[in-house]
Amino acid sequence: MTVKVIAVNTFKEAVRDRILYLLLFFAAAAILLSRVLAMFTVGDRTKIIKDVGLASISIFGALMAILIGTGLVYKEIEKRTIFTLISKPIRRSEFLLGKYFGLVLTLAVMLASMGLIFLALILIQTGALEGRLLLAILFIFFELVLLTAVAILFSCFSTPILSSLFSLGFYVIGHFSWSLETLVKKARPGLGKTLLRLLTAVLPDLENFNIRTEVVHGLPLPASLLLYSAAYGIVYAAFVLTVAVLIFRRRDFI
Amino acid sequence: MSTILSIDGLRKTFSQGFIPRRKEILKGISFAVSEGEIFGYLGPNGSGKTTTIKCVLGLIFPDAGRIELCGRPHLDPRSKEKVGFLPENPYFYDYLTAREFLDFYGQLFRLAPDVRRERIPALLKLVDMERAADLSLRKFSRGMLQRIGLAQALINEPSLVVLDEPLGGLDPIGRKEIRDIILRLRSEGKTVVLSSHILQDIEMICDRVAILVDGRILSQGRLTDLVSEKILFTEIVLSGVGDRELAALGEPLSAQAGRTLLKVYDEARIQAVLDLVRDRKGNVHSLLPRTQTLEDLFVGMVRPR
Repeated sequence: MTVKVIAVNTFKEAVRDRILYLLLFFAAAAILLSRVLAMFTVGDRTKIIKDVGLASISIFGALMAILIGTGLVYKEIEKRTIFTLISKPIRRSEFLLGKYFGLVLTLAVMLASMGLIFLALILIQTGALEGRLLLAILFIFFELVLLTAVAILFSCFSTPILSSLFSLGFYVIGHFSWSLETLVKKARPGLGKTLLRLLTAVLPDLENFNIRTEVVHGLPLPASLLLYSAAYGIVYAAFVLTVAVLIFRRRDFI
Repeated sequence: MSTILSIDGLRKTFSQGFIPRRKEILKGISFAVSEGEIFGYLGPNGSGKTTTIKCVLGLIFPDAGRIELCGRPHLDPRSKEKVGFLPENPYFYDYLTAREFLDFYGQLFRLAPDVRRERIPALLKLVDMERAADLSLRKFSRGMLQRIGLAQALINEPSLVVLDEPLGGLDPIGRKEIRDIILRLRSEGKTVVLSSHILQDIEMICDRVAILVDGRILSQGRLTDLVSEKILFTEIVLSGVGDRELAALGEPLSAQAGRTLLKVYDEARIQAVLDLVRDRKGNVHSLLPRTQTLEDLFVGMVRPR
């Protein structure tokens, strides 16, 4: 209940933040740009629109999650609005989860807006809509759910700029960590291989949420893979949030 | 009267800087506040008033010591149900209007919608902010923020209201209005703890005080017990008598527009001064006995350090 009150308030705060609309504007511009890019393409133009459009949604969604998420908790402490909140009969975990779900709600609304622009463009281009495009957007959402948790975690103990860099690092590493697996396969058995194995296990794999290639090119998507990816996102996010709560619970608000 | 807030042996050390340097802010603080009183917590800037208050409200975790709120450990959410808090220089969500703001805090206390609908206008009236009810907090002046902050602290009808520097940054009329609200809270049976370094305000409204200097409580008790009723000296403003003659009876301080301010320490000499004025056909403009004030006590405590 308290979580919901704080989440709604966080949503109000986020949607009154100008940076959100700036990002939304550029996202819309990028999506529409895909139509221009398609004109220079030989072959299936729709694929280019789908590919560039979905990638734009993914990148701008991630930027929204990072830029707003890293400021949310820090701003409360810096502007001392947290003093009156924590003195009320709420748990610190409720406060943090409220902030988290508020931002997740904001991102859902933003993804929906970007998705609408994208789908409208596809509809104009092809005269038909594919359900699988919605699925790709849903998995972008799962990725953002995880990324928001990471942004909130860093924001619990660090300044917005540092947290943004850390979260951005997480995002980039997460999208390239799959290449480590190739390295593991090629490495000679020994300590090095074990260490690499450990690293692949610990590092996030955000490519799990990337089903854009399959969707754009009409490749099969097994249900087990989808279920695994969704579960991966939710469990990872829950773990990150638990760590965030543990850190936040012990903090002094000077 | 039962105790509503008790603090026992509270200690807190902060580590500051890149290479942490330990600084002990609270060095073993103990006091208790009884139900229905206005308790003044005073001390110079940096003495640890706000740190103590933050410990009580669970914003800071003390290194040692015990705090009980309404008979429960202070971190128990139930003990906070009956507490209202106004922080120093309050900042609030400035994108909310006054009404939305109070509604948000009401929801945090899980107040039912009809309770909130009834209580919010009453609070806005109490702090005289009805005309700004639908204005966003961004447009508020400092005095207005202080008022809406006070309203926020009262939304749950608390038994204990903790106010950190509630009169700071207000003009004289604003201060009087907040003082009146605090006195009204006491008459409604609520307990008020307020920190301040504006001694006149504390002197006017507090029943008991604790004086905090450098992380230690140097003195605490009823205001009437701490500040003696003894007359320290008498100030007489007179004219028509030369300073040299007066010097034998008291301490002539200033002379303006032919009037002399004379400080007389010995009560027996007051009559002699009056006789002298009559003899010289002069005038007595005022005669004021000065008792010890809280300020005298406070300055006396803080200065030796």
